[in-house]
Amino acid sequence: MTQRDSIRSVGAANAAGASAAPADARPDPAAAGAGIAARQALMAATAMARRDELEAALASLGPVPAASALRAPESGLVMLRGRAGGDGRPFNLGEATVTRAAIRLADGRTGFAYQLGRDAAKARLAAILDGLAQGAERAAVEAALAPIRARIAAEAETKARRVAATRVDFFTMVRGED
Amino acid sequence: MLAADSTGFADPVLDAQSTFRTLMDAFARPGSVQRLAPRLVPPAGLAIGLAAVALALCDHETAVWLDPPLAADREVAAYLAFHTGAGLTTDPREAAFALVSDLAALPPFGSFSVGDDAYPDRSTTIVAAVSGLAEAGALRLAGPGIDGERQLGVAPWPAHLTGELAENRALFPRGVDLVLVAPQAVAALPRTTRIVEAR
Amino acid sequence: MYVAVKGGEAAIDNAHALLAHERRGPEEIAEIAPEQIEHQLALAVDRVMAEGSLYDPALAALAIKQARGDLIEAIFLVRAFRTTLPRFGASKPLDTAAMAIERRISATFKDLPGGQVLGPTFDYTHRLIDFMLAAGVAPPAPAEAPAETSAVPRVTDLLGGEDLIEREAAEAGEPVGDLTREPLDFPADRDLRLQALARGDEGFLLALGYSTQRGFGRTHPFVGEIRFGEVMAEFVPEELGFAVPLGPVALTECQMVNQFHGSAERPPQFTRGYGLVFGQSERKSMSMSLVDRALRTREFGEDVVAPAQDEEFVLSHCDNVQATGFVEHLKLPHYVDFQAELGLVRMMRAEHAATRAEMKEAAE
Repeated sequence: MTQRDSIRSVGAANAAGASAAPADARPDPAAAGAGIAARQALMAATAMARRDELEAALASLGPVPAASALRAPESGLVMLRGRAGGDGRPFNLGEATVTRAAIRLADGRTGFAYQLGRDAAKARLAAILDGLAQGAERAAVEAALAPIRARIAAEAETKARRVAATRVDFFTMVRGED
Repeated sequence: MLAADSTGFADPVLDAQSTFRTLMDAFARPGSVQRLAPRLVPPAGLAIGLAAVALALCDHETAVWLDPPLAADREVAAYLAFHTGAGLTTDPREAAFALVSDLAALPPFGSFSVGDDAYPDRSTTIVAAVSGLAEAGALRLAGPGIDGERQLGVAPWPAHLTGELAENRALFPRGVDLVLVAPQAVAALPRTTRIVEAR
Repeated sequence: MYVAVKGGEAAIDNAHALLAHERRGPEEIAEIAPEQIEHQLALAVDRVMAEGSLYDPALAALAIKQARGDLIEAIFLVRAFRTTLPRFGASKPLDTAAMAIERRISATFKDLPGGQVLGPTFDYTHRLIDFMLAAGVAPPAPAEAPAETSAVPRVTDLLGGEDLIEREAAEAGEPVGDLTREPLDFPADRDLRLQALARGDEGFLLALGYSTQRGFGRTHPFVGEIRFGEVMAEFVPEELGFAVPLGPVALTECQMVNQFHGSAERPPQFTRGYGLVFGQSERKSMSMSLVDRALRTREFGEDVVAPAQDEEFVLSHCDNVQATGFVEHLKLPHYVDFQAELGLVRMMRAEHAATRAEMKEAAE
């Protein structure tokens, strides 16, 4: 699956770090807000990763608890909404293909993924990494994702620099005698 | 909390399609008993046939009403939310589907949505668990999809439902549709079906 | 009258085999890969996503290949594909103020916070055919400059303080209409109108937008802002209860501001037309914003005098899949009703001839 990861990745700059987690995420009383933000940042990174990157990340963790499907990976649709005028009443813009996966690790931890595109194997890998990050492997998962985040951030930086070179600097032409 | 040992369809697409096909055949031949072989593990409080029909038919756009025994079971709500995304409603009139574990205690059909003349499809489909279905028994049925008459045995069959179904038939094109689900079988009594005799 | 016709099965099979052969073209020319379409014909992919109403670049590219480049056929394929998938739910509204900007221009404010960036645009090109492309010459590396990290506010937020530009009202919890679930009814609210326009045919909306400029429902438009870039899509799954980032979605947004003389209830101010489209499509988003404003005619107490202001006309005809279905169905067999028409015309001709003969007799 290619979500324009190489040519359109300016948005990656935001999502590559924890700071990019949606600022207005609903705080879940059952979990600490910081925990959710970190989890959202992880999900953003795995959503923008390529499948081979996630395979490598999971392999680098060594032996981990086995995962079984809580719900088999499934492709479906999410209706993407916009707002009239950008900030007004919501409206249905159009749908996007989204693939989701939910897994349960042998020790009972659960992991989830919802990602643009139709790659079931990639969504399953992302769900396993989400589940592993809910416990002891947390730091190892973050370390394994670091190269992916660096790749995404570097591409976004290059893109932003190229866009910045097309910025218009106006200068005023003076006409007439006075 | 999602029950730890519960599972949805083994193959969500194929199992949902095959359950849907079974239901379609059941509606096409009202009163016929169609074989159902669901591959899933519902929580203890939810009959397997009800779970299969719910997973095949419900999604986040269909409001679901649960009868009091099901509504009281938190594992059932968690299971349905996770596997269907459907929102639960406490108002039967809003429900696209009603899941019923105790047919004898079913509220009057009139408390559900019967649709309107422009959109008779906006009515509630009542899906009720029963312990047994047989193509012989107390009910003699007639109507579209039935060549002459057909017999149906429902165990248990609450007697007051015979009158309810007759009143429901009189509302046509409005009215509810009734799906009866045994562990391994399903039969449908759509609004078009008449009960000729109930012994 | 519709009558089932049987026969021609072998002819149909052979026609499809011939279609596949023609699609492939001469064997000595390399076959095109969907990835090439996705990345090298990206604007065609964007159009198929926008009007197919499904964001999935790889799928749209494959549809274009299957349709041999016929974009409306590709849009049809994408629309058909989406009907095979379950819907998990609706996203949080996309926040275009948080867009990672790749292009952002304003025709109304020269010096606006965040500046004007041209991005990859056809504007200012000379529209001369570039024969170097045929020769396969690699383009030079793009220039780079220090990236700006400051926020890029929407232009319409800048004048909001003085109430010179109409403000949008967002009421929380209002249901959002969906024309793919409930049939359109007229009058339609703005949410349904925007949904219909977002998936509407670019050419149809372009012509309608143009008509408003030429005097058929004049709206005095200015481009407040056009921006293109990526926005993170977010979805709150039932089982998680927090917003999950799904991945970045490329969008083009157009804010059109329009002079308004005021009415008994409203003082003079600039009103707004809005365009939002999947991918990079400035023409579509501009046309959409012109038509959106034209369709708000009733809201501002103006008279509906032009096609672009007539919502039943616009919304009933802007969908190219519906339009092509109804136009193209005419080529399907109508043998029986044509036979009936033939009989009718023969009868009328006989009557006509008889009348002529009677008149001639009377005249003689």
